[in-house]
Amino acid sequence: MFERKSGIILIAGIGFFALAFLSNAVVPVLMYRHLPEQTAEQLVNGNLRYQFEDLAQRFPQAFETAYGQPPADPEKAGRWYDEHCASALKLGHQIYVGEGCWHCHSQFVRPVSNEDRRWGPVSKSWEYQNELQRPVMFGTRRVGPDLSREGGRRSSDWHAVHFFEPEALSQKSPMPRYPWLFDGSPDKPNIRGLALITYIQWLGSWHETYPYYEDYTAVPIKTAAAAE
Amino acid sequence: MQAATDVMTAEHSFPRQEQLVEERLVLWYFVAALTFMTVSMLAGILMGLQLLRHNPLPPIEVLSPGRWRMIHTNAIAYGFLANAFLGIMHWVVPRLTLRPVFSRPLSYLIFFAWQFVVLATAVGLMFGQAQGLEWGETPVWIDPVAQLGLLLVAINFGTPILQTRGPMYVTLWYYLAALVWTFLTYAMGNFVPEYFVCGSSAGAVGGLFIHDLVGLFVTPLGWGMMYYFVPILLKRPIWSHGLSLVGFWGLAFFYPLQGIHHFLYTPIPMFLQYGAVLSTIALELVVVTVIINFIGTLYGTGGACLTNLPLRYFYTGILFYFLTCLQCALQVTMTFQALIHFTDWVVGHAHMVMFGVFSLWQLGVMTYLIPRILKTEWYNPAWCEWHYWASAGGLLVMAGDLILGGLFQGWSWAALHPWETSIHLSIPFWSVRIVAGLVMFAAQLLFIVHFYLTWRKSLQTAPAVVPAAGLATA
Repeated sequence: MFERKSGIILIAGIGFFALAFLSNAVVPVLMYRHLPEQTAEQLVNGNLRYQFEDLAQRFPQAFETAYGQPPADPEKAGRWYDEHCASALKLGHQIYVGEGCWHCHSQFVRPVSNEDRRWGPVSKSWEYQNELQRPVMFGTRRVGPDLSREGGRRSSDWHAVHFFEPEALSQKSPMPRYPWLFDGSPDKPNIRGLALITYIQWLGSWHETYPYYEDYTAVPIKTAAAAE
Repeated sequence: MQAATDVMTAEHSFPRQEQLVEERLVLWYFVAALTFMTVSMLAGILMGLQLLRHNPLPPIEVLSPGRWRMIHTNAIAYGFLANAFLGIMHWVVPRLTLRPVFSRPLSYLIFFAWQFVVLATAVGLMFGQAQGLEWGETPVWIDPVAQLGLLLVAINFGTPILQTRGPMYVTLWYYLAALVWTFLTYAMGNFVPEYFVCGSSAGAVGGLFIHDLVGLFVTPLGWGMMYYFVPILLKRPIWSHGLSLVGFWGLAFFYPLQGIHHFLYTPIPMFLQYGAVLSTIALELVVVTVIINFIGTLYGTGGACLTNLPLRYFYTGILFYFLTCLQCALQVTMTFQALIHFTDWVVGHAHMVMFGVFSLWQLGVMTYLIPRILKTEWYNPAWCEWHYWASAGGLLVMAGDLILGGLFQGWSWAALHPWETSIHLSIPFWSVRIVAGLVMFAAQLLFIVHFYLTWRKSLQTAPAVVPAAGLATA
């Protein structure tokens, strides 16, 4: 068996590979089957919608060029913002992947090395059960900080200037410039710039600790009840 | 094996080298490999300069360092390592099986198809079409082409291996398994986490992919190559056949079980993380048996690995292999991970594996094969020495520097220094890294020029060789 072609192809080649796939990949898939994958549309939440409408306020012209005018009827306008917010999330994710942001920024907070004190709550599996984490954006290297609790931490115009010229805001930052996300100046993000800012503002927006992630301490129910 | 070969020679049933090996194709693969090595190193230097804020290029979309960082890793894996392995297999497989590959036209088709795959990947990455998994960045539309290419590779080399009768030599175990594994690994990594599973599960599959790509594609092809070339250069058999068996089956069993150790402390279930850690430490014991086997083979040869340059490449790689695996067994523990995960320690480790082990092995094989195929000595053998020392020395400095720098980054983060501090303290390490990288790059350029001059020299002497060969066949 050990030196025969059949042993090498069937046992080592296919058998051991399949064993590893079953134990290392199928097991977590089965464990998380109660957490269905969410679509980008389902990921639009109040915090993110606020940030997206904030983009419309801060960069009115850029926003109009990218997405046009919202309908006058408030109810229709709400749906209009939701739809464009979801598409911006998807495009932003695509840019985040295509530019290789994830090679220098991670998206998970570990339970060690004081990371919860720097960034906030330790990451949980349910946070990743969505189409923007397919493949997951855990990352393997941190040249820049972790981004999984970045949403709401800084304003959208901070991000605009930072993408245009990182060194203007973070002294001696090794981050490259991304002028192609803008039409010439940081106050004119194009559709890709707006989308990437939307994506960054989404990261962590689902959390109850948003946006003061690391300062937040959950109030035990008894203490809250006694205070009342 | 020796007896069988003697019998075959006696019966004059030994096929001629020209019938077995398409030597021109081996050279073509080496040219392609070295071309992509140049591209990859240029990309690495660009990213290295960006970190030092000395990127000389204007901020243009297709020149973005983030995109070129992906070209760096993809060009080395699919452009350099894969091309060099394919070229070397075109030499090794027919000579070991005494049968040519399945089809010569298919060999040429695969050659051009593979260059297309690598070039298209690079162009796709330049235009921002990457997918979000390391080494799986290959744009969506290339994945099926590459998958088909790997199938053809398996058919082309698998056929002569499967046609052999009787016991197979160690190299063929590794090659046969690698043909199956590479196909399966590529399919798993480029389709499952992109289309079927998300979140932590995608992380588990992704970890398995980046791990298996090294462990089940690069490693078996690399060790298969060592089991073939080391005994030939030393003119003595491998020390222990039993240890060869332990090495192969230990690798086959333990290597694929470790994927998740790339994502320790993530939300992936803890018991799976511990399983990956344990099998990594187990594999270290297997690796020690392989190292012992190769030291045993070398023992008593009177410093052959100092005087014989290709052999020196091989044993330098084996030394680095031992070091990286020892490092694996330590860094995979949760205690170590808390400190070094996400730091340049990992980058140093990756360079030691990919360049210090497998690239050095392949450069050693090239140093050995090129004069044999061109039927002329190297243009200037001293340049081969320069190539070795600058490659191995540069790598040693680069890996040591990054591994040390990673510790400081980890301590800075744990101490909750402002983030910028970890950048500032990295500058000296990144500066040393770029110098080491430039030395390694210069060494490869020298090798390429040397290859060219040797080839030209062989063409000048060619008229004398061709008629002689014609007479021999007539």
